[in-house]
Amino acid sequence: MFGKLSLDSIPYHEPIIMVTAAAIAIIGATVFGLITYYRKWGYLWTEWVTSIDHKKIGVMYFLVALVMLVRGFADAIMMRTQQAIAAGGAEGYLPPHHYDQIFTAHGVIMIFFVAMPMVIGLMNLVVPLQIGARDVAFPFMNNLSFWLFAAGMILVNMSLVIGEFAKTGWLAYAPLSELKYSPDVGVDYWIWALQLSGIGTTLTGINFFVTILKMRTKGMTLFRMPIFTWTALCTNVLIILSFPILTATIVLLTLDRYLGMHFFTNDMGGSQMMYVNLIWAWGHPEVYILILPAFGVFSEVIATFTKKRLFGYKTMVWATAAITVLSFIVWLHHFFTMGAGANVNAFFGIMTMIIAVPTGVKIFNWLFTMYRGRLEFTAPVLWTIGFIITFTLGGMTGVMLAVPGANFVLHNSLFVIAHFHNVIIGGVVFGMMAGFTYWFPKAFGFTLSEKWGKRSFWCWLIGFYLAFMPLYALSFFGAMRRMQSYEQTSWQPLMIVAWVGAVVIAMGIACIVIQLIVSIRDREKNRDLTGDPWDGRTLEWATSSPPPNYNFAYLPAVDSIDSYWEMKQQPGGFKRELATSFEDIHMPKNTAEGPIMSLFGLFFGFALIWHIWWLVGLGALGMFVTFMYRIFNEDTDYHVSAAEVEKTEREYHKRLEMQA
Amino acid sequence: MRKRNSLKYLSAMTWLTAPLLLSGCGSALMDPTGEVGQGLKSLIITAFGLMLIVVIPVIVMTILFAWKYRSTNLAAKYTPNWEHSNIIEVFVWAIPAVIILFLAILTWQTSHEYDPHKPIASADETMTIDAISLDWKWLFVYPEQGIATINELALPVDTPVHFRVTSGTVMNSFMIPTLGSQIYAMAGMANDVYLEGSETGTFRGRSTHYSGAGFSEMLFDTHVTSEQDFQTWVDKVKQSPDTMMFPQDYDQVAKPSIAAPIQYFSQVSPNFYEDLIQSYKAGHGGPSHGEHNEAQEPSMPMSAQAAE
Repeated sequence: MFGKLSLDSIPYHEPIIMVTAAAIAIIGATVFGLITYYRKWGYLWTEWVTSIDHKKIGVMYFLVALVMLVRGFADAIMMRTQQAIAAGGAEGYLPPHHYDQIFTAHGVIMIFFVAMPMVIGLMNLVVPLQIGARDVAFPFMNNLSFWLFAAGMILVNMSLVIGEFAKTGWLAYAPLSELKYSPDVGVDYWIWALQLSGIGTTLTGINFFVTILKMRTKGMTLFRMPIFTWTALCTNVLIILSFPILTATIVLLTLDRYLGMHFFTNDMGGSQMMYVNLIWAWGHPEVYILILPAFGVFSEVIATFTKKRLFGYKTMVWATAAITVLSFIVWLHHFFTMGAGANVNAFFGIMTMIIAVPTGVKIFNWLFTMYRGRLEFTAPVLWTIGFIITFTLGGMTGVMLAVPGANFVLHNSLFVIAHFHNVIIGGVVFGMMAGFTYWFPKAFGFTLSEKWGKRSFWCWLIGFYLAFMPLYALSFFGAMRRMQSYEQTSWQPLMIVAWVGAVVIAMGIACIVIQLIVSIRDREKNRDLTGDPWDGRTLEWATSSPPPNYNFAYLPAVDSIDSYWEMKQQPGGFKRELATSFEDIHMPKNTAEGPIMSLFGLFFGFALIWHIWWLVGLGALGMFVTFMYRIFNEDTDYHVSAAEVEKTEREYHKRLEMQA
Repeated sequence: MRKRNSLKYLSAMTWLTAPLLLSGCGSALMDPTGEVGQGLKSLIITAFGLMLIVVIPVIVMTILFAWKYRSTNLAAKYTPNWEHSNIIEVFVWAIPAVIILFLAILTWQTSHEYDPHKPIASADETMTIDAISLDWKWLFVYPEQGIATINELALPVDTPVHFRVTSGTVMNSFMIPTLGSQIYAMAGMANDVYLEGSETGTFRGRSTHYSGAGFSEMLFDTHVTSEQDFQTWVDKVKQSPDTMMFPQDYDQVAKPSIAAPIQYFSQVSPNFYEDLIQSYKAGHGGPSHGEHNEAQEPSMPMSAQAAE
């Protein structure tokens, strides 16, 4: 009846897990109770769960990402604590069985369930507004993408309490992830969580690729698109090309584990080297999927707050495109030590270094955007300056790792850990926090507390250097990644410094939470009715905040790069005047099919993990029937009547006038 | 306000990078032995130095520009519509490109010079040692001496060693940081790395690639000794009553164990390394899964290089 699942699957004997589970249960029950008490279930269902509004979907992605950031960070500080203790024969407080799950979960969560939803969340919120569109190309699919991602996220979190997570490292290298060496359900949780969310990501990629190519407003040629939209376009190209590789690779691993096949086993002609190649053929472009939109954010932030055109717009675009292409021919640098010959290693090493050229150009372009500008030191600007310095250092260590000879002694060491946190925290996290602070007022109509934003920045910046510079140093003494314990007591002081760094980062995360609470409390004081709190340059600032569900009553026409800025420079300036006549607006309807399909998908994944075959069938059937229902459902759109548009617009202008 | 912040930042940076720069003494990578280890050390330092040519100016310019063009400094020039300069464009493409060109040449040369598969040129004859990763220990086989050990390695000083590396379990990576390059150990694959110790001493070696529960303790000592001491060590190993015959003895030691004690084996079956690799080709999933087929035709073990 329940397959492999029994009451023994719940780790009662692990106090850490049980306390965490209890805390989650209490918080969950409180949230549930509050929603019920305030009778908000209907509101949640109609306004959020079934919403196809790209802005709301973007907000939901970002919210999930922030919650998962706390979960992923809890793993991080547990690891740092273990390594600060477990020196010279001390076992620490986490046995390998637990420690190995934690570093696996940390990597999986931070990449798939924090960084990815932050990037996708920002794209959702911003891209349609920047290109002057009313929604994405496939609104239903957008909702489905989010809920598939959410189903994957729920599976990862279920593994905390029901059964266990993978003990293989975040990429589940075969043959360690094969049934013979990992007979438990951990790898199966990894498989199905990534499959569900990965399909969601692929759909997002297609959706935004089509949206950007087909739904730009009048006059917005490709070379008039805001730079963030450009980076989003390139990221979506990367998603479309690379995520299917991930999905297919995991399918092959699934066939090995479930049907006894031999794609990646040691024997019967299986090839673990093939697994490593395939996973990195996805994994390396993935790095750029994360960093390109962050580059886009910095470009927007720096141009806005220097009150100056972005230096070298075309160069930026071509640099981004170059990185997009190059990112597909560097994957082997993740395993120079697997034994390829000198020519192959040298080729991939040199290709990797070449990426440093367009990246370096971008950095210079940001510098020359600041040059002769009027830079305002807002929180997003601090994140950007912190990024330029930190990322430059991370890029340098990246190029060092790209020299195969140097890689032969640095590979698998803490140098690698320090390097990629250097670029992921210094690049992606800083970028996403800059974007979060920058576009938050667009989504909610009030600005975030600058004071707490800056505090968060300083904590993250100092915390990062404290946590990861010691790891660079330790790598020269032979310290490797993924060690549950180590013999050299001489490493312990630096490990403790790294732990202190993690604590400082924890304060940075706390500042983000406080920033949100304080800003929501003071929302009336920080209200932005103009829709343009930063004196912005691009179209998203031309509409109100939060924008109406149709974004623009009339689609704007564009004739330059910084189109909204140009409009404001016209004699007389840009006036938010009420139009004299309105038209019906064609919009998609909310849909319940996305969440329902994903719920069945969750059953399907969970049942496959525990071999509950009847539930597998039910889940598959449920997904199929819901999908068919959607296909034959023709009642998917409606018109916002001209009268209703007029009413919304009049109300907005009334508020504007009252403020004036 | 801003000035204080950047100063704080700079001093923090200096403090934090100090251990990295001063870490020369007693560090495996900055105090290496042997041709490979020393070569790779100077390679790391050269690459680091080359990149500082661009990294330091970028950091200085960032702080300088941000400070000079702050919005409150109305004395600074402000050109809101300036967005392009051919001269700057040429420089920002050319400077990184030139540095990368130098690095690329360096990379091409050193990739060949320090190719792990390339024999070390030496007046002394190269000796062969097989390193086999197991759960969670190292089995070292000396085919020329006909001995084997668990978790202990000895090699004569100034003698190039050809390590043939494979695995009897999941993927691992064989590394003695002080001596230089690592290489992956993979079941059914014949991989190799040439290393040499140029001074006597005991150096820690380990698996660097995570391989499961006992990974952290997959450690071994490498004794780089004089020729005589090496002979004494070999004689000591030969005193052992235990033998390492394939597959029966192997199957015993291949069973998972964490932090296994050092063990010596006075005898090794001929072609131990080849037989182990071949066992994965026979379709039984390693020696413990069915009988080893002695009659089987010896074929070339698949080399990791063949995957190119």
